[in-house]
Amino acid sequence: MTETAAGLSRTDGALAVDCALVTEILTGFVREEVRKVGFERGVVGLSGGIDSALTLAVVCRALGPENALPVIMPYRASSPASERDARLVAAQLGTTPLVVDISPQIDAYFDRYPDADRNRRGNKMARERMSILYDLSLARAALVVGTSNKTELLLGYGTIHGDMAHALNPLGDLYKTQIFALARHLGLPAAVIEKAPSADLWEGQSDEDELGFEYAAVDQLLHQMIDERRTRAELHGLGFDDAFVKQIQRRVRDSQYKRRPPLIAKLSNRTIDRDFRYPRDWGH
Amino acid sequence: MVNSAPATATASEAGPRSDIVVALAQMAPRLGDLGANVTRHLELIGAAAAGGADLVVFPELSLTGYFLKDLVTETALRLDSPEIQTLVEAARGVDAVVGCILESDDHRFYNAALYLSGGAIVHVHRKVYLPTYGLFDEARDLAAGYRFRAFEAPLRSAGAHRPWRVGVLICEDLWHPSSAYLLARDGVEVIICPSASPGRGVGHGSELGTAQSYDVITRTYAQLLTAYVVYCNRIGYEDGINFWGGSRIVDPEGHLVGEPAGRDEGMPLHRLDLAALRRARIANPMLRDERHDIVDAECRRLHRRERD
Repeated sequence: MTETAAGLSRTDGALAVDCALVTEILTGFVREEVRKVGFERGVVGLSGGIDSALTLAVVCRALGPENALPVIMPYRASSPASERDARLVAAQLGTTPLVVDISPQIDAYFDRYPDADRNRRGNKMARERMSILYDLSLARAALVVGTSNKTELLLGYGTIHGDMAHALNPLGDLYKTQIFALARHLGLPAAVIEKAPSADLWEGQSDEDELGFEYAAVDQLLHQMIDERRTRAELHGLGFDDAFVKQIQRRVRDSQYKRRPPLIAKLSNRTIDRDFRYPRDWGH
Repeated sequence: MVNSAPATATASEAGPRSDIVVALAQMAPRLGDLGANVTRHLELIGAAAAGGADLVVFPELSLTGYFLKDLVTETALRLDSPEIQTLVEAARGVDAVVGCILESDDHRFYNAALYLSGGAIVHVHRKVYLPTYGLFDEARDLAAGYRFRAFEAPLRSAGAHRPWRVGVLICEDLWHPSSAYLLARDGVEVIICPSASPGRGVGHGSELGTAQSYDVITRTYAQLLTAYVVYCNRIGYEDGINFWGGSRIVDPEGHLVGEPAGRDEGMPLHRLDLAALRRARIANPMLRDERHDIVDAECRRLHRRERD
């Protein structure tokens, strides 16, 4: 059964954000965190979906469209609508996209493993795209700006070292519901906002079908669970189904490894990230 | 860098001035780069003096940046460090409040604010309340200060007939009303709050949640204690965390003096006047009526109870 947001009226409005304020903070974030380390440009993998469209919009506001490099990386089985929507977004934002067809490199690899399932293929595609973005990062002196939102980061609904790999992430503290609001606020194309979210790693893939619940419902739950630190009893009182709550708590716990750097076996008195603790903006 | 300036300050023909001009140096330190930050301080102190300021206030940890972690020990200064002495010399023409990590003789590291005036360090405040929750981790790296004291700020450039009574509370110190109360009881006329407040809370109106909180706190303290509150917050980003600026001064009736600063770099100047403070204390004589004897008696009682 698909969990829906119906009946959760007591949490209505909890995810509302002031879009102008959020835009100002995210724009400053990209501008300062890119420039303080000596860069002027950002490179964004543009999928045709709402997250990467919004990311590109923020990068354009922060650095200027001339300093934003959108990269469209279709696979031969990708939906043509994805590339069409990506081109629409790139054009609307005044950017010139680079199109890199990943079919040859994906097919060359899976010729060795013809029986590989779609998860393997999907992960490989996400990581090929990452490797292209990082190659262009060096070639064009542009930082890779990621597109992961808070919902997918908390659920672990992303490919580690694939779409989850980037230098900066402007959207990582916004739930999908809030992404929609911000995309509307910034006037992104309706085609991008209104279509069903999909990783488009195989034909007909849909986030909500694959996850088994609606973003609207899980965002409400995550907000109450994570941001408001509600207990299970309180979540029950707010109308959330107990089984749904358990399922999501388990997903968040089981995907924690994706949100952390690799574990280092401790030997010395000063181990990196444990007791060797420096800010990343060290000296900037 | 002077954004806005009040009418040029001039010595009154009627006698000593009762007013001072305060500059709020809303800036973004480079994280862990003492040299660059000292240079920036010298520029801003010069600009403040040239703009007619009698006092320039910098944000919390203005010489180091905020989320220092292991940089705390590497950026620490002593009162006789050359960096501090350079600033002491620069602050001859205009008083200055600067923020730094201060190392004690027994190698404790404090989040400190120094009041510099006339070639001397007039006062040192060590942050008492070190936030160690949520995104904060201060008590892991820092030692806590141990006192709240008002002091006489010379403000010689203002040509005042007497020093002003000033107290410093650093950021989280302001969130404990007892700190402000103690300064008020110590005769404070101006509470200076250098701050490095990370912006968060985007769901309740067009202002950040943190900005709304500081608006309430600064205006409430100013009104209840009939004192000026000078709030100087930093700007910029550290490891993705934004600092929201919004530096402002609130008068002893709880009203903003001019407009609060935005999120950009700048150094607004505002005028403070002891005559306005006098009027506020005539209109609202809470300080006169404050029952310190009751506070003391009740504190003694509570102290006995807590000890048991």
